[in-house]
Amino acid sequence: MANDQRSLKTATNHIQFLGTARSGTRAAWAMHVTSAVLIPLSIAFVFILVTLVHKDYALAHAELGGALPTILFLLFVSASIYHMKIGMQSVIDDYIHDTHLKSWALVANLFFCAVVGFASVYALLKISFA
Amino acid sequence: MDDGDLMAEIDTHTQNLAARRPLSPHLLIYRPMLTMTMSIVHRITGVALYAGTLLLAWYLIALASGRAQFEVASAVFGSVPGLIVLFGFTWALFHHLLGGLRHLIWDQGYGLDHPGREFLAKATLTGGIALTVLVWLVAFLAG
Repeated sequence: MANDQRSLKTATNHIQFLGTARSGTRAAWAMHVTSAVLIPLSIAFVFILVTLVHKDYALAHAELGGALPTILFLLFVSASIYHMKIGMQSVIDDYIHDTHLKSWALVANLFFCAVVGFASVYALLKISFA
Repeated sequence: MDDGDLMAEIDTHTQNLAARRPLSPHLLIYRPMLTMTMSIVHRITGVALYAGTLLLAWYLIALASGRAQFEVASAVFGSVPGLIVLFGFTWALFHHLLGGLRHLIWDQGYGLDHPGREFLAKATLTGGIALTVLVWLVAFLAG
C-alpha cells in the first residue's frame, strides 16, 4: 500500500492513525498493573460476597455499606472495568477486521464499560451513604 | 483514464496483492496442547467475566434500590439456573485470576521452560476448580 506509486500520500501518511504508535505499551502496562492489583481485590470481593450470601436485605445493606467493604468494592469495580475495557478492546482488535464494524465495536465496548462501571459505583455510594 | 477507472485499477491491484500474500500457519493446524487450551480458556473466561459484571451491577443496584428489588434479585440468584450461573462466574473469576497470576510469574522470568509451563497450566486448571469448590463449600456451610 505504501509503495503504491500512483498515490500522492507519503509513506507516513499511509500508516498514520491506523494503529498504535508509542501509545500501545500504555494499554499493555495498564493491563499488567490492574491484573496485579485485582488479585487481592478479587479475593476481598469474593470474601465479602460470601459473608453476604445468607443475609437478609437490611443486614446485607448495612454490612456492604460499611466503609471498608464500600472502598474495597469501589476499587474492585474501577480496576475491573479498566481491565476488562482493555481486554475486550484487544479481543475486538484481534477478531473484527472490518474497520467500520471495529469502530462501532470499540465504541460499544466503551459504552458498556462506562454504563456498568458508573451504575455500580452509583449503587455502592447510595448503599453506603443511605 | 478517468478517476473511476483509476480507482478500480488500484482496488484490483491491492486485492491481488492480498491474495498473493503468504499465510502463516494458524491455530487450527496445531494439535491441541494444554498451554494453548489454557490460553484460549483465559480469554473465554475474561469475556464471560465481562458479561458477568452485569450481574454484579444488577445485584448492587437492587441492594441500593430497596427491599423489593433486592428480594427479586435474591430469588433469581438463588434459583437453580441462578446458582449454576454464579458457580460458573466464580470458576471463571478464579481461573482467570490464576491465569493472570501465571502471566505475572512469566513476566518475572520464571516458569518459561517446558516443565514450568506445563506445571503452571495444570496448577491454574486445578487451582481454579479447587478454589471455586472451596468458596461454595464455605458459603453453604456458613449458612
